[in-house]
Amino acid sequence: MSSVFPGAKDLSGLVFGFGAAWALAQRELVRFFRQRGRVMGAVGQPLIFWILFGAGFQSSFRPPSAGEGAVSFGQYFYPGIITLVVLFTAIFATISVIQDRREGFMQGVLIAPVPRSMIALGNVLGGTLIALFQAWIFLLLAPLTGISLSLVMIVAASLYIVVLGIALTSLGLCLAWRSDSVQGFHAMMTLLLFPLWLLSGAFFPAEGAPLWLAWVIRLNPVSYGVAGLRRILDWGRPASDTLATLPSLGLCVLVSVCFAAIMFWLATWTVSRVASKGA
Amino acid sequence: MALQPHDRGEVDLSHSSAQEAQTPVRTPSSGAGDAAVLVQGLCHRYDERLALDHLDLDVRRGESFALLGPNGGGKTTLFRILTTYFPVQQGRVRVLAYDLPNDRDRLRHEIGVVFQHPSLDGKLTVEENLAYHGRLHGLDRKTIRRRSEEMLDRLGLLDRRRERVEKLSGGLARRVELAKGMLHEPKLLILDEPSTGLDPGARRDLWVYLTYLRNEGVTLLTTTHLLDEAERCDRVGIIHQGRLIAKGSPNELRSEIGGDVVTLRGADPAGLAAKLHRELKVDASVVNDTVRIESDSGFALLGQIGQCAASEIESMAVSKPTLEDVFIHRTGHRFWGEPDE
Repeated sequence: MSSVFPGAKDLSGLVFGFGAAWALAQRELVRFFRQRGRVMGAVGQPLIFWILFGAGFQSSFRPPSAGEGAVSFGQYFYPGIITLVVLFTAIFATISVIQDRREGFMQGVLIAPVPRSMIALGNVLGGTLIALFQAWIFLLLAPLTGISLSLVMIVAASLYIVVLGIALTSLGLCLAWRSDSVQGFHAMMTLLLFPLWLLSGAFFPAEGAPLWLAWVIRLNPVSYGVAGLRRILDWGRPASDTLATLPSLGLCVLVSVCFAAIMFWLATWTVSRVASKGA
Repeated sequence: MALQPHDRGEVDLSHSSAQEAQTPVRTPSSGAGDAAVLVQGLCHRYDERLALDHLDLDVRRGESFALLGPNGGGKTTLFRILTTYFPVQQGRVRVLAYDLPNDRDRLRHEIGVVFQHPSLDGKLTVEENLAYHGRLHGLDRKTIRRRSEEMLDRLGLLDRRRERVEKLSGGLARRVELAKGMLHEPKLLILDEPSTGLDPGARRDLWVYLTYLRNEGVTLLTTTHLLDEAERCDRVGIIHQGRLIAKGSPNELRSEIGGDVVTLRGADPAGLAAKLHRELKVDASVVNDTVRIESDSGFALLGQIGQCAASEIESMAVSKPTLEDVFIHRTGHRFWGEPDE
């Protein structure tokens, strides 16, 4: 424990550290709900993507299998859209870190007796909870795609979204703590974060893509997030070839949890490093 | 005047509690423990530039101390090191008997900080900002509620407690910063240019409150580039090009110049200074197009100067030395108008 959360060596220190992290996460939530534009943007953009792409690609989309297990594009796209919601939330959450650093709130946090790892944890936790909240809105829309969700599926999907949220928010934090301006972060977002999503099998399946692209998708850790979510949400439906070519749920969970753990560790390390230089 | 260490329960009549009344009065100990801040040989570099150059400083417990200097002189760098924001690169820094960087976390519990730039979250209310600050300092909810109430009452913010900070004026927001800095009852409050952006009324309020804190036994360390603000403090340290070039009470510093300061304006300041030096054997220097002479008896000197060089002088003035004169005396520069390095 002490290696992951340096500075919180004994139990009381750990309790205080988690309390501080929770305070920072709560603040993220309060801020989120007070900025109506942010709520609208974070829910609205994926929604528009989903509706427009779903309508536009419906006729040209050829699922890998026809017949009983065939899916519509709207259905195919659904887990990808939920991943996009998580990604957008992670991006917004990390932009707010850049704002905190620029506008001054962070200077007070950095001289508070809070271990750096707990500052990172607070940011990640806040972003992840916001992501979960928004993903739930989309889970409510599941019946529109013809997907019926059981309670078990919702719980499983929620847990999976939390893992994805930790991974993507941590990734965003690593970038946010290294860039001084929102503009710089936008560049990284367009060049790194968005392609990560685009090339995750969220938008089109690896099958049918050129070989190099199929390999990019296979090596992209976000692909396992989308695939895992797809497997959870397709539970109980007749197995289609789309699913058959995906990695197993076990592998998806393993890769996603490792991805989240590594990214969180990297985020903690980045915050400590940048902050110790007096950022 | 000697500082009276107060029992908090006695002074703060409205919020006294038995628990507080039993808190032992802080008694200054002898030796190094007596210093609230002790800095020796502190250096700080930004890449090539040396911002602090073997700086020494000591601030006594219970006093108010102003770090006075022009912008770019190293004040803010020192502020950031003392508040643990910047790491110590070279030299010894001891704050409230905690050595940096080893005891950094414990020190962070015990200092209060007011930044020059706002550190509040505009989207949160006054009360929420204080609550989050308290939680980041490990205070429990009950203590946060009690202290918030006390601080807001003290600073006249009780009726604004549920307003979002982004809607407050600059003066009110600064008061919230003060409330935040003092919420966890620090023994030392460190402020960076606290009156930046405040109108005269708000600035006066600020100093009324700071004086109150000082009388309560809180040590105050403030950076400032305003001479009148430095005058309000028990002691002043003048910082220039990363070094502490003078230190003492405002009176002590002024008395080192002694007598008066005579300033002259004319078309050719350099020629005028040379002439006065030649004919009256006075030490005349040119500072920003004015001729400046330190003299034991300024008025007597005025007459002599008038006889000697009346035609070359546009205006003459005699004044008692100010802290600015101390600065000029030590550095040969004017306080204002020097290009920042």
